[in-house]
Amino acid sequence: MATGKKQPIVQFKGIMKRFGKVVAVEKMDFDIEEGSLVTLLGPSGCGKTTLLRMVAGLEEPTEGDIFIKGVRINDTPIHKRNLGMIFQNYALFPHKTIFENVAFGLKYRDVPKEDVTQKVTRALEMVRLPGVENRMPSQLSGGQQQRIAMARAIVIEPDVLLMDEPLSALDENLREEMRREVDNLQQMLGVTTIFVTHDQREALSMSDKILVMKDGRKQQEGPPEVVYNEPTNHFVADFLGHSNFIKGEVVAVDDQHVDVRIETGDVLFAENKGGFSKGDAVEMIVRAQRFDAFPMEEFEPTEGLNHFEGRIKDRSYMGGEVSYFIELGNNREIHVISMMRTRIYNLGEAVSVQVAPHHCHLIALE
Amino acid sequence: MKSDSWKPWALLAPSMSAVFLLLVIPVCFVIVYSFWLRAPSGADIPAFQFGNYAKFFEDFFYPKILIRTIRIAFETVFLCVVMGYIPAYFFYRSTTRYKQVFLLLIMLPFWVSFIIRTMSWINIMGDTGLINHFLLKIGLIETPISMLYNEFTVLMGLIMYLLPFMVLNIYVSLEGIDKSLLEAARCMGCTEWQAFREVTLPLSLPGVSAGCLLVFVLTAGTYLPPMILGGPGNDMIANLIFKRVIGTLDWPFGSAISVILLSLLFAIVWTYNRYLGINQIFKSFQGD
Repeated sequence: MATGKKQPIVQFKGIMKRFGKVVAVEKMDFDIEEGSLVTLLGPSGCGKTTLLRMVAGLEEPTEGDIFIKGVRINDTPIHKRNLGMIFQNYALFPHKTIFENVAFGLKYRDVPKEDVTQKVTRALEMVRLPGVENRMPSQLSGGQQQRIAMARAIVIEPDVLLMDEPLSALDENLREEMRREVDNLQQMLGVTTIFVTHDQREALSMSDKILVMKDGRKQQEGPPEVVYNEPTNHFVADFLGHSNFIKGEVVAVDDQHVDVRIETGDVLFAENKGGFSKGDAVEMIVRAQRFDAFPMEEFEPTEGLNHFEGRIKDRSYMGGEVSYFIELGNNREIHVISMMRTRIYNLGEAVSVQVAPHHCHLIALE
Repeated sequence: MKSDSWKPWALLAPSMSAVFLLLVIPVCFVIVYSFWLRAPSGADIPAFQFGNYAKFFEDFFYPKILIRTIRIAFETVFLCVVMGYIPAYFFYRSTTRYKQVFLLLIMLPFWVSFIIRTMSWINIMGDTGLINHFLLKIGLIETPISMLYNEFTVLMGLIMYLLPFMVLNIYVSLEGIDKSLLEAARCMGCTEWQAFREVTLPLSLPGVSAGCLLVFVLTAGTYLPPMILGGPGNDMIANLIFKRVIGTLDWPFGSAISVILLSLLFAIVWTYNRYLGINQIFKSFQGD
């Protein structure tokens, strides 16, 4: 996973921000590699936007330093940082034409007149809205306005592109489309991008790296598949995707497996990734999609997999898949999302459930 | 037609009848009066003739007052914009908790009678007023300086009266500006001053122009500041009307002057609407 050879373009060193007594961002270090798309992910109020605004210069860090291209920029005024910022509400200038909006940053960069027209035309082509130069922002739809905001940000060829929940004001279908477009554009231009969102799907689908935050603290950073599959704590596992949290105790450890006795009394095997020994209190995290449910009569256990029995307590049909709540013994329930390989199970039906040890991820009980 | 199309009219009815009874009818009376004759005995004789209007334009005496009125109105508007924008901008940028209190203080003068407020300048700037008293006391002067009863003091009185209207109009339109627009401008390379010029100023112009119209119209129709703080040469058109109607009871001529003022103001407002759009005023009250 590590692509550590590339030069970090943005570096946070011991960065911290307090508003009065409220800590918005707790001391953290974080690097962003050149050309990558990094997502700051977390619930509202987790400090992700504050972190972004500190890069832009719209907030001043209380402590710590920010480096861009190796230069400390804490004291560089906003207008001298070469950054492109995209706002949630687009922030297009309502009294200026689209051309004037897009050309705005060029005007303050002493770009010759002929080049301005050419650059604006190219930027508008890149966001696939050519020919709207003479319109006013209010004459465009929300999605179009966001494209213009993107054109306006990339036309100045910024060192870093900053996006503050740029898609959250759009409706569901449009958001999907724009997400792909932002992704393509970013790859085409290769511009380092910091993307703030609370939408895990946006984060997982677009990012090279995700920084999960909560209450101003870094929870985990890493590529999407690592953050998703190997969450380092309860919050990360809970925030991304549908997870089951099963408490238990380590009863045996060998080279390959950690054996955990869970609340129901069953013993499940988890892949041994190290760090646990006999007697540890652990939490086993299993994604709802990783369980397979089989009808009792057809079930033939696969060698090396965990299997146990349960009873369908609740189900909801979701089109492509079915979401079940399956009751195990001891009032313990698990959430299983099944791709419906066989049929939809009835309420109250007894089923066999199977899960591979490498899908059982262990964290220390908090 | 839908059966409930009468509803908007029903809602409008009370205010429409008030406007009709208290404004439209009296104005009609004034227009009718302006054509009447005034007998040497002082009696008003119903007639239809343009003598009163002719009298106004007979020599330069009356038009000069009209021109002065318009000039003073423009001066007042200009000074109010300059003096009003700064505090409005301060309120807009200020993050103090007392912002609401400051705004309330702007309204405070309206709680004191306009006449009292105007007259109080006499106590400050008159021959026996505060300033002269103080200067005499410390021996800087030997005889009181005459400061009152000129155009400067008239302007001062007008500004005192009208500045709050301007400040509030500008403030409301400033408040309506999305702050991320400023941030966007800064991120794209504007200094704070450039961002003000590119974003704040143009977007606050609707409020400025609404305030200008309001101040202009109110100045053109007021008579108290010139009456109390002005000298004989500082009369404005409303003073003239006041003197004709209340002083000499010459209703026909007073009415004719009123109609002339009304037409002029109407022409100005119409032109303004044509080029700037009167709905700018309403826009500035929409806030967010």
